[in-house]
Amino acid sequence: MATEFHNLQEMQHTASLVTKVFIQRDYSEGTVCRFQTKFPTELDNRIERALLEQTVKTLNSYYVEAEKVGGQSYLEGCLACATAYIVFLCMETRYEKVLKKISGYIQEQNEKIYAPRGLLLTDPIERGMRVLEISVFEDRGSSGSSPSSSMSSCSTAR
Amino acid sequence: MSAVMITRKLRKWEKLPGKNTFCCDGRVMMARQKGIFYLTLFLIIGTCSLFFAFECPYLAVHLSPAIPVFAVLLFLFVIAMLLRTSFSDPGVLPRALPEEANFIEMEIEAANGSVPSGQRPPPRIRNVQINNQIVKLKYCYTCKIFRPPRASHCSICDNCVDRFDHHCPWVGNCVGKRNYRYFYLFTLTLSLLTIYIFAFNIVHVVMRSVDQGFLSTLKETPGTYPFKYEYILLLVCFFTLWSMVGLTGFHTYLISLNQTTNEDIKGSWSGKNRGQNPYSHKNIVKNCCEVLCGPTYPSIAAEKSSAPKDDPPLAAKLPPLASPETDAETSIVKNQ
Repeated sequence: MATEFHNLQEMQHTASLVTKVFIQRDYSEGTVCRFQTKFPTELDNRIERALLEQTVKTLNSYYVEAEKVGGQSYLEGCLACATAYIVFLCMETRYEKVLKKISGYIQEQNEKIYAPRGLLLTDPIERGMRVLEISVFEDRGSSGSSPSSSMSSCSTAR
Repeated sequence: MSAVMITRKLRKWEKLPGKNTFCCDGRVMMARQKGIFYLTLFLIIGTCSLFFAFECPYLAVHLSPAIPVFAVLLFLFVIAMLLRTSFSDPGVLPRALPEEANFIEMEIEAANGSVPSGQRPPPRIRNVQINNQIVKLKYCYTCKIFRPPRASHCSICDNCVDRFDHHCPWVGNCVGKRNYRYFYLFTLTLSLLTIYIFAFNIVHVVMRSVDQGFLSTLKETPGTYPFKYEYILLLVCFFTLWSMVGLTGFHTYLISLNQTTNEDIKGSWSGKNRGQNPYSHKNIVKNCCEVLCGPTYPSIAAEKSSAPKDDPPLAAKLPPLASPETDAETSIVKNQ
């Protein structure tokens, strides 16, 4: 079942994409950025549930930290307002700092957990914070997967 | 017969569909029609120039030099807020790439089941529950996404904008999640500036007439051609004042309720049978703090976002879903 990719670069350059799975936003708590922890069935035999859930939960906690309306954000807002927001030209906002952390986290998760299983997470910021995109690559361990059959049914289904 | 391939990586904002114009390598993002924005700039700069040129010398000497200094600071703040509102990304949601669009289509079809031919398929709506209130998420046929709550599609800019307030022709841009606080500060400080200029204009006229007698004041004040500049100032300020103070008051009301202009116009949360606003904290101070002092969201469209990496290049066969727009590189082939 487990594929034997050696590293992320090798997978990106030589594997072929089978499909993409999208984890949607969870709006039950309002407009705060949060992703659903529901496990997509397409990944049933590619990755353990607990791992993906852990990744999504950690990402959600990062977003909560970024969007927290508290003492630091007030201070940042008031200071910026007092300088007519010119300070943002030199200073990085807290949200941007957390986004960098998220980007690093996703890179690390890809290298350690997802690439060895033939999967690739895309940073949600690249998709407008709407979805967490998981690219599913060809499973070398299995014999001759046929990627095109499911795809052609998608494109004709309008 | 040799071909030279020049590959240039397309910036994120260059790939963005929609009717926006960009400048300064994607740092400036505006709507296409900018005429009224130039008018706004002209009115503000023109009025303030008249004030500084004709009123301030007298006021600085006879009252206090702090008056023009404060006016300059206020003027600079107004211009900064105007430019910030006009030039920043309002919170544009990028359109779904083909794979995502197809995935959503498949989900919709799975949910609808088989529709008998001849019958219209049901409207594409997703219901989510937010704070015990059912909110309907509508599907955007242009952007091919289910719009997040509070997002709306601007037909002028042809983009879905998050927390869409309205499209303001005076600033030449949409007002949305990312630039609402700058817009509000712009209206607030412009009201203050207008009141300030209006008040000191009257003070100036009164002081001169006390010095010289009223009738001679009407004749002798500077700029005495058919157009007396201070009367132009008074007129412009008078009309601007009412509209700006009204607008600021309206937006203060909206902020205290944590509503957008769009929701207010549509009457989403007013009326008994419509339900309560699920985004409001039921506390005016908390609502104001969230809107004005909340986190500053990153721009998804502009190059300056913290994750500038594009999709990892897929060297081998791509599935039929991928379209040329998803490629990170454009190649221009020159034949020699």
